[in-house]
Amino acid sequence: MTHLALLGPQRDHPTVGRALDALGVGAGPLVAITAGWQEREGETEELAGYLARPVRDLALYRAVDDLFRADPALFAAHRERMARLQELQALYRTRLKFAFRAARAMLLADGRPAVLEVARTSALAGLRRLDGDHLAAVRAIHAAFDRDLRPAARDAVRAARAPLAEAIGGAAAVLVAGGHVGVLLSRLRLLNLGPALAARPVIAWSAGAMAMSDQVVVFHDSPPQGAGAAEVFDTGLGLVHRRTLLPDAVNRLRLGDPIRVATLARRFAPTACLTLDGGAGLVLKNGRAIRQWGVRTLHPDGTVG
Amino acid sequence: MHAALARLIDGTPPAPAAIDAFLAAHGFPLIDRDGATFVFRGTADRVLLQHWVFGLPSAQPFEPVPHTDLWAIHLPLPAGSRIEYKFEVVRNGHGEWVRDPLNPHQARDPFGSNSICAAFGYERPDWTFPDPHARPGLLDDGVIDSRAFGEPRPIRIYLPARFRRSGRYPLLVIHDGDDFLRYADLKAVLDNLIHRLEIPPLIAVLTQTPHRIGEYPDHPGHARFLAEEVLPWVRARFPMIDEPHGRCLMGASFGAVASLSAAWRYQGLFGKLCLLSGSFAFTDIGDHWRGEVFEPVVRFTNAFRARPGRPAEQIYLACGTYESLIYENRSMMPFLQSRGLSVRFDEARDGHNWENWRDRLRAGLSWLYPGPLWMVYE
Repeated sequence: MTHLALLGPQRDHPTVGRALDALGVGAGPLVAITAGWQEREGETEELAGYLARPVRDLALYRAVDDLFRADPALFAAHRERMARLQELQALYRTRLKFAFRAARAMLLADGRPAVLEVARTSALAGLRRLDGDHLAAVRAIHAAFDRDLRPAARDAVRAARAPLAEAIGGAAAVLVAGGHVGVLLSRLRLLNLGPALAARPVIAWSAGAMAMSDQVVVFHDSPPQGAGAAEVFDTGLGLVHRRTLLPDAVNRLRLGDPIRVATLARRFAPTACLTLDGGAGLVLKNGRAIRQWGVRTLHPDGTVG
Repeated sequence: MHAALARLIDGTPPAPAAIDAFLAAHGFPLIDRDGATFVFRGTADRVLLQHWVFGLPSAQPFEPVPHTDLWAIHLPLPAGSRIEYKFEVVRNGHGEWVRDPLNPHQARDPFGSNSICAAFGYERPDWTFPDPHARPGLLDDGVIDSRAFGEPRPIRIYLPARFRRSGRYPLLVIHDGDDFLRYADLKAVLDNLIHRLEIPPLIAVLTQTPHRIGEYPDHPGHARFLAEEVLPWVRARFPMIDEPHGRCLMGASFGAVASLSAAWRYQGLFGKLCLLSGSFAFTDIGDHWRGEVFEPVVRFTNAFRARPGRPAEQIYLACGTYESLIYENRSMMPFLQSRGLSVRFDEARDGHNWENWRDRLRAGLSWLYPGPLWMVYE
């Protein structure tokens, strides 16, 4: 049973209240995971004020910091894992640059439609294969870490996880805030909180929503260093299937560029690329969308709607 | 000539009071889409516009405005240009260089200051101003007892806001760091770019030398200082990403030569270079025209071009279009790319000056060290 609401950025368009209603969350404690905010973790006064009910922050970010101090071997191995993942991501990015350019060039090319389609399909297949290989390599690094460190069997991990899992289990709903998706995801994963979240209603926004999905795709079409291609970053907790979530797409993606839109949509098909802009929301029960507002889909023909 | 000035002097010569009112009502130089009209008021034998735009005569004579004590000159400038200049006022055969008395905007450098002309379309980037929302990093002083130089060398350390001992940080070594602080707003730029997530929190080491001309062009002691003294010093005190991709050398002008030559001497140590207006003078044949100071630079650049190796994996180059070094810097881009290095080259309609280098920091640093902008979804 997974009951989930996936929302866009909350700062200017808070919709957590609407999501609570949509999920039928009644009275009872609300707990929050704000580890993506890192040092700002726990600054939930504004959220609690908006909801007009108490919100207890689980202090996951600090809990993992404490865990690292308690278990230096785990910390060292985790750090090594992150270094490997970063190195892998940089290599993937280098390869992606060329594969993305090739795919884009094919989508921009003129010619006989039948000939073009062969070239386009092949270029996109190259891109998809690269993404798939990368994700497999990421999974392998995680698997090696789990095999070598056996985090679930470590006393320090069990001690850190137990109160968090208990708080989640007793909550009317869990709010997972945005922030740094890598930090949020790595801390959720380290304490294996996915199963606990799967058992409770979850309202997750921005990076929080991304972390719930099968695979996390990071993106920004206008960074100061120049636009690159969206990158497959990691596996998520797997509570949302076959949906690539794109928070704040209206500001981060060139949605008016049909070639970029088409490339994204075709690259990740059959997974649907969904925008989660401010004010937007998607409510899922057992994987089925029961309500949505403001969510748009990127289509293979380059349109958004 | 700017339309407003043309109207003032069209027909009857303007009275002194009308000129006073005109000068009070306008900012100078007068800017339009075609360029800039510089105005000087006063008695003189001649007035010259002295600027540092390579490709134009460096001294351009003003025209006296008949029946007034005004002088004016129109300089065509492409949109987005920014130049620095002075006036040379000649009286009784003696020329005196002064900043534009009608223009309060000045750029400072180690030799003094110049007036600034921002052409149509140029705006100082907002990220170069101190931002009250950006948490400030910390600047601290240090001293390295240098065996390479046989004397202690003071340095400064920049630690980012929210620095944590448990973190790991990329390193940026900045030649002429004090000058970058004074003349290129380095502190505000680093604070802002980190705050905006455009670069990661990083540790910067700011070096300063009393012997720039001697130590920067491929000086073995300088390279040794960076590789064998600065790096171990930082490593012993701060949690750095102690791999080539986490080490970057940056410098402007001769400082760029120092960065490249140090990386060339210690290949594999520094993964990234940020080279601003590098003085990469070289000769394909014959002699060069830049004078004695450039002798060791040309020797180095020629040697480098003959055997480039792999000084770094990622190199950011920038140069002002109005610099005499633009040809050399443009040449560097395909040269390095052909060696399989990752290179980015930016040009700006600006000159060989600190504010040009300041304005390039965002593009250069965010390309070399992309920040977590991609990773943060609030």
